[in-house]
Amino acid sequence: MARTLFDKVWDAHTVRTLPSGQTQLLIGLHLIHEVTTPQAFQMLKELKLKVRMPERTFGTLDHIIPTTDQTRPYADPMAEDMAAHMYRNMKEFGLPLFDMASGQQGIVHVIGPELGLTQPGMTIACGDSHTSTHGAVGAIAFGIGTTQVRDVLATQCLAIAKPKLRQVRVDGALAKGVYAKDVILTIINRLGVKGGVGYAYEYAGPVMERMTMEERLTVCNMSIEGGARCGYVNPDQTTIDYLRGRPYAPAGDAFDRAAAWWKSVATEPGASFDDVKTIDGASIEPVVTWGINPEMSVGVSQRIPSPESAPEAERPTYREALAHMGFEAGQPIKGAKIDVAFVGSCTNGRLSDLRIAAEVAKKGKVAKNVRALIVPGSQQVAKAAEAEGLHEIFQAAGFQWRKAGCSMCLGMNPDQLVGREMSASSSNRNFIGRQGSPTGRTLLMSPAMVAAAAINGAVADVRETLR
Amino acid sequence: MSVDYKRRQIVGRGIPVAGNDIDTDRIIPARFLKAVTFEGMGEHAFEDARKQNPEHPFNSPAYRGASVLVVGQNFGCGSSREHAPQALMRWGIRAIVGGSFGEIFFGNCVILGIPCLRASQEDLEWLQKAVSRAPGDAVTVDVEKQEVRFGERVIKATVPDAPRNQLVGGTWDSTAVLLEAGAAIEATAGRLPYVKGW
Repeated sequence: MARTLFDKVWDAHTVRTLPSGQTQLLIGLHLIHEVTTPQAFQMLKELKLKVRMPERTFGTLDHIIPTTDQTRPYADPMAEDMAAHMYRNMKEFGLPLFDMASGQQGIVHVIGPELGLTQPGMTIACGDSHTSTHGAVGAIAFGIGTTQVRDVLATQCLAIAKPKLRQVRVDGALAKGVYAKDVILTIINRLGVKGGVGYAYEYAGPVMERMTMEERLTVCNMSIEGGARCGYVNPDQTTIDYLRGRPYAPAGDAFDRAAAWWKSVATEPGASFDDVKTIDGASIEPVVTWGINPEMSVGVSQRIPSPESAPEAERPTYREALAHMGFEAGQPIKGAKIDVAFVGSCTNGRLSDLRIAAEVAKKGKVAKNVRALIVPGSQQVAKAAEAEGLHEIFQAAGFQWRKAGCSMCLGMNPDQLVGREMSASSSNRNFIGRQGSPTGRTLLMSPAMVAAAAINGAVADVRETLR
Repeated sequence: MSVDYKRRQIVGRGIPVAGNDIDTDRIIPARFLKAVTFEGMGEHAFEDARKQNPEHPFNSPAYRGASVLVVGQNFGCGSSREHAPQALMRWGIRAIVGGSFGEIFFGNCVILGIPCLRASQEDLEWLQKAVSRAPGDAVTVDVEKQEVRFGERVIKATVPDAPRNQLVGGTWDSTAVLLEAGAAIEATAGRLPYVKGW
């Protein structure tokens, strides 16, 4: 019988079925960062346990670090304390840390694939919900909490129930000015933020197959925003070409043997799914969120919907969203004024994202009264962008060129909204208070659309800016 | 005295938090994650929502001491931060009844021994109203029987088999159970080509 990647990888990592009925699942790659691990290391110490497979555990610093001056001690004493704990724990347990001095530091979901740590056929866990990102190479990757981090450190395993599997097909082709971010925002809009609860997503179809690895990373990244804890794309030639030559990918003949195995884990033709949903790629236009969860979005040419257009159970959330955002139902999203523009995050902080944003930045200057930040996803992304002169394009247009980190995606460092500021953001969440100010407002969109909004001082259609 | 890990039944006063898609940023804003322990997290549960809305149930003296949280659909969606269930637990929450739960949040609750039960929209609306009318009365969350009892009424409230077995059997704190696999862990790893080497 034809099998899915999900079944093959799950079965290969199953240690045993637990008395509860859950699977004891081996985790092939454990990625850790400074925010969700100090308590886990403390629990490990209290249990007098070691890290079970230190060679399968890698750490970085991303959430709390400043993106201006990264020399320690950090100005924020709490951030400094977390960094100090991370250094101490990694040293004590003998684990590698990609810190600033390594030249390989960055957002954990950017550096995993970039370093070739993330590989097809693996199970990957990290104390961060956007671990779904790594599914882009054909891995089962999902976020876990801190006590589960303790379990993975101590046992290299998780007690977890197998989810159902849904194939999400994106057929046809994308129009010009429509990007991977618009694809995933459209999927979330059509299937809903609760639509994926209980499912893993396999993204397939011609649009997904044509995507570059960086585009697939963007799509898989936001699986969790659609309720699916993990999402993946089957490994293919794009995957293999992407991994070749990366520092932690196999080299020489070993690479060819690895590539053959990677291809063998892909879903076989005729395999069945618990559910299949199809989206027409040609129907997607640049998307902008207008509300307080990532499902609340419209195409840039459309108007903000009224609560009455939603199912009754959703209407209170719509009303709350309109009140928080200061929008009227029926108002066009295009032209909504912004105060801040942010290009970065594990969703859209990779080199191709910066290239697209720079293309748009060449068309004008950041509008007066708009604060615009470009935050590369990793040191290596920053270095590659600088080698191409992207930072100069951004700076000439009035964007600030920052150092790598999570930055304004969640505002745990000094990069935060102030008061009710409205942000055009390439990140993943428009939750109330997400970008650091309890009353701040977020409009999610692609990096190209963020750059267009920065130039126009308001939500704009990047297809017009680029024309 | 030994600790009883079994979560067959939780009895306590209720607290309703209405609304769907309440994310973990809302439950505990990211600025409170800048800490190396979970201590004191309970004070900040729903902090910004409470400041913006004086009527928020977590502000109301009527609900102080409540331990059964009654919520809507997709509660705890978003970030994997365990700080969210930690904050609720440290505030006093021992069980949650809702329509559905963010999956990572649900798993984080299980590993902390906090049952999350799913009930129908109709029953949830009734329970939220009933609890707000009689905040001093106890709600019984029966994990084993998969029902919630309040006053005269019994509503159906489900937990999938595996987490229910863990909660009822007291095996939700999973490290010890996982360690029991012993050498089977290394054996499984050793069969994976990327572990044993290409």
